[in-house]
Order: sequence, then structure tokens, then C-alpha cells
Amino acid sequence: MTSSPDESTAEKKEKASSAPKGGAKAKGKAAPKAAKTAGRKKAAAKKAPSAKASAPRRAARKKEGAKKAAAAFTPRIVVFACNWCSYAGADTAGISRLQYSPNFRIIRVMCSGRVHPAFVLRAFELGADGVLVSGCHFGDCHYIFGNERAVEQFEKTKRLLQILGLEEGRLRLEWISAAEGTKFAAVINEFVAQVGALGPSKLAPRELELPQEAEEFADAASLAK
Amino acid sequence: MAPEATVNEKTLQAANVRLCLECGKCTATCLVARYNRSYSPRRLISQALSAGRPPDRQALAICLTCMSCDERCPSGVHFVDLIREWRRATYDREFAGNCSHGGAFQSLMKLMTAEDLEQDRLAWVTEDLKIAERGEVGFFIGCTPYFDAFFTELEVDTLAGVKSTVKILNALGIEPVVSPRERCCGHDLLWGGEQDSFETLARRNVALFEELGVKTLIFNCPEGYYTFKEDYPAVVGALPFEVKHISEFLAERASDLAFDGTQGEAVTFHDPCRLARFSGIVEAPRQALAAAGVEVAEMVRAGRRALCCAGNGWLNCDRFSKEIQVERLREALATGATTLVTSCPKCEIHFRCAMHDPNLGDEIKMEIRDLATAVAARLTEKETDNKTEKPTPKPNEE
Ligand code: SF4
Ligand code: SF4
Ligand code: FES
Repeated sequence: MTSSPDESTAEKKEKASSAPKGGAKAKGKAAPKAAKTAGRKKAAAKKAPSAKASAPRRAARKKEGAKKAAAAFTPRIVVFACNWCSYAGADTAGISRLQYSPNFRIIRVMCSGRVHPAFVLRAFELGADGVLVSGCHFGDCHYIFGNERAVEQFEKTKRLLQILGLEEGRLRLEWISAAEGTKFAAVINEFVAQVGALGPSKLAPRELELPQEAEEFADAASLAK
Repeated sequence: MAPEATVNEKTLQAANVRLCLECGKCTATCLVARYNRSYSPRRLISQALSAGRPPDRQALAICLTCMSCDERCPSGVHFVDLIREWRRATYDREFAGNCSHGGAFQSLMKLMTAEDLEQDRLAWVTEDLKIAERGEVGFFIGCTPYFDAFFTELEVDTLAGVKSTVKILNALGIEPVVSPRERCCGHDLLWGGEQDSFETLARRNVALFEELGVKTLIFNCPEGYYTFKEDYPAVVGALPFEVKHISEFLAERASDLAFDGTQGEAVTFHDPCRLARFSGIVEAPRQALAAAGVEVAEMVRAGRRALCCAGNGWLNCDRFSKEIQVERLREALATGATTLVTSCPKCEIHFRCAMHDPNLGDEIKMEIRDLATAVAARLTEKETDNKTEKPTPKPNEE
């Protein structure tokens, strides 16, 4: 895993990206798509006049962070999706104009087998409330046995997170094919609800620096509700 | 390299860096330099001094901070202190991506700084092990539960040493305080240049054991021991309790233990850097083993001259690390011993990893055991049961 400094801005925007390239790509592709389906245009139109007021508002958000979290908690989900099935599944969901929860940032990896525990731990370290790892169904992995490795890595990650005392429900493994746009949307909705019920992650940094864009994104997410 | 890397001039002075004679003894001693021709501590010093800024972070990550060079330096240069200061000055979170294991341990350590952390780290405590929630003697188990969960494919069992330590303490009539709220000591964050998170961990750990009424804190892991002893005071002031490595403790109290007196297999002892060179504890583990009736066949380079296991705080691992590990294992096997006893969970991990080399296979295979395990294996149950009543009762609640 390499990350050069010039990619770090993109990475910060993703807030929890261990694979910067996939992350940047995902932002340009799947994430806005998701936001769009969730009425981002509405949000943008509404927000236009208040754009200048965003700095003080951000400060306010930081201050009453805890209160706000309790009032309207929008979980931050990181999704690691393999290039050949699950990422394409997210595309299918978008192409089919499915309406589903936009509270996630998708990071494309070549294969779910690449999702080392370090990726997931890093996502939680940077403030994720939940992490979804997703790949091809067994037998369909582009690299034949990559998703079997993914299971091993996932089990290891689960053990580490269990010792750390993180709720089991914040981590999930799913097999989603390129055709299963509906499944992708359903899994995301379900997972967002599940993590939403658990509340903010205890391991997340207290003061999360939200880049402007991420704030708009969060607003779009709460509007979609 | 961070653009405005500022180096603390005081630290440079304290490390005697300006006294460097450029004699090159450090490079001649350095294990890494012997294998990795592009690495030279002498050159790092002279280049950094003439450039007026720290060397490149990647070069800094290579040093094992094993302190072998400091031992040789005729001018008293503390190269490891220098490395630490440079790493602090060039700290870059993004660099964690290049660390060994994808930076998983860096993340774990940082996650452990969370205030409301509620870990499930005592799953190893079986019925026969008596631990207490409060009391005067504490036992810091460190990151061993995480190590065992992470290195499953290497068949690592660092918790064996932890369990054995509790067994030994129980045999002495001590029920040590073991807390699920303890966190990583932060050693690798400190040596990786991440000062802030290190300080958070230091404060929380010290506050925890103080709150639990601990007067003596025992360590199995020499890194934890050294960090508490030497690096925590800079953050929290004088420690409110005494710290002891299990080997020191065993050397003192071994006479209160009863051993079965059997002759087991031949062992050799690998001195961990943080124990021998950093803390100067060389005799204690040997005394503990001798008391338990374990005979030690010494390696050519033992004590302060011991080779390093080539683990460097999860910052870097490369083919040179492997060469060093293999060299050390060959040296261990040359003593005729079949078991390598060490007193550091990380030494165990790194040697076990090297032994998984498919090309070398059985050539470098040997048993690895923690000091506490080697000692506990010789305890006799009956007599130690009698002993439990005799020693001065500790005010431990169950
Ligand atoms: S051994 Fe000491 S004096 Fe000699 S080059 Fe190394 S740091 Fe300088
Ligand atoms: S501390 Fe060890 S690895 Fe680093 S330069 Fe000195 S001898 Fe080499
Ligand atoms: S390519 Fe999809 S899981 Fe391997």
C-alpha cells in the first residue's frame, strides 16, 4: 500500500481511505451518484445561499458534536468493493437509478482479498462508524481464490476488533455480483440502519475534521431521510 | 520528508552528535549495514549535519534502533536518540502505509488512545490463573492478545509467556492486578515519531495503574518495561509505582519458588535489545533460568553484544531483516541448543516468522519459549501449593 503526499488531500476527503487511487475514483464515481439519487441537487440548491455561513456553522457543529450526533446521527460507512463484482454492482445500482442511503464512501480494490486488516483498522482509526467488505461470490472471484483469502483476512480483522471492544455489527462481509445492483442497495440500506442503531463508533476521534465537501455530503444524507 | 522538519537542537546536543569523529565504527557494527550496503549510520549523521535537516524518512525507518552502534561508538554518540528525534521531526501519518503489516499496528496503537475504549483483552485468563482487580502488584500484559490474534499463521503464542508469568506470581502467593483497561505502552509510536498519541497512552496507562492501587508493576515485555521506566517520566513525571521486568523479579524471588530439578532440553538465551542494551539487564534472566535448573548454552554474541531480532517497531521489514534473523537463529543452533529462550514477545514473533522460510525450512527451526514459560515449566505444584500460604500476605482482593 503506498500513498504519496499529493494524494493525501483526496484521501482526507474520503476520510478513511487506505487505497487513495480507488478512493479518489470512487468519489468521482459512485459516491456522488449515490448522493444524487438521494436528492443532492435539492440540497445543493438549498445550500447555495448559506454557503458563506458554512465556516461558523462548521464550528458550531464541532462544538455540539456530541449533542448533534445523538440528535441526528448519520453513520459514516466505508465500503471496500472489489473491482470486478461489487464495485460494478454499485454501478448497476446507480444505472438502475435505485434510491438508497448515501452514507457511505466506496473504495475500489482490485479484489476483496486485498482488504488487509490494516485497511479496516485505518478506516476505524480515521472515524468510520462501520466498514463493509464486499467481493465476488465464491467461484466468481476474478483471481479465483481471492475471496477465500478475503474471508481469512476478515476473520483476523474481526478478532482484532473484538479485542478492541468494537461492536460486531460495525463490520460486515458480503458477496455482491455486478448484476446485483438491488442487493448492493439493500445491503447498504440495511448496514446503514444497523450501524445507525449502534450510534457513533467509540473508537472514532472525538473531533473529526470534516472537509467542506464531506459536510455537504452529510447534509445531503440527512435530507435524504 | 516533511517540508519544515525541525529538529530539537537540545536533543542533538544530548545525543552528542557533534562529537562524531566519522570513524565509521557504528556502520561497521551495524547489522543492517552489513547486509544493506546502502545504509550507513555514519553517513546519515554526516549528511544530516551538513544539510542541517534530518535524513529521508525511508532511510530512518530502516534503523532497528537496536543500539549496537551506541555500544561501539568511541565518542559517546547516542545514535538511537538521534534516530528517534529525526523520526519525530519527520513524522508523517501517511508513511504508516509503508509500514510492516500495512500499518495495522500503527492503527491499533492509535485506536487504543480512544477515551471510551472497552477492550475484551482478558480472554486468556483461565480458571487456574488468579488475578485481582486491585492490589499492590500489577502485571502489564501489553499487546500480546493482539499479537496472537494477528499472527495466527505464524503459530505465535505470546500469551503463553503472560500466562506463565501469572502462574509464577500465583506460586509466590501473589495475585497480580491485570486490567482490561490497560492500553498499548506506545513504544512503537514513540519510536516511530508519533509523539502525541504516545503521550496520550502514557497518561492513560499511568493513571489506570495508579487508580488500581498498584505499587509494583511487572512486565513481561521489555519494550513496555523500558518505555514505562525511561520514557513515561518525561510525559507524566515520576511514576507513582515501581516497574520491574519479570527477569529481575524472578532473579530476586526465585529462592521462594520450588522447582522440580529435572534436566530438560538444552536452551540458549536471546537477549532482547530493550532488556540487555537499553536496560542493562543481562544477568537477571540467566539467574532466573539457573535457579529453575535450566542450563543455558551461550551464543557467541550474548548479553549486550547480542544480535537484534530485526523487528523495528513495525516500521519496516525487508530481506535484510530476514538475513539478520537467519544469522541469529544459526548462531543459536550452533550452541547445540534446541530451544531458544527469550523474554520479548516481538523477538518470538520475528524469529517464528523467519522460521517459516520455505527455502531454509528445518535448517533454522527450533523451539522458541518465553523466559517465564521456561521457568514456569519447572515449577513443582505440590511444594508451591504449600508456599502460597507462607509468603507475606498481599492485600489483594479477589
Ligand atoms: S561510531 Fe560514533 S564517532 Fe564513529 S562514526 Fe559512528 S557515531 Fe561517529
Ligand atoms: S541502532 Fe542498530 S540498526 Fe540502527 S544504526 Fe545502530 S546498529 Fe544499525
Ligand atoms: S475479484 Fe472480486 S473478490 Fe476477487
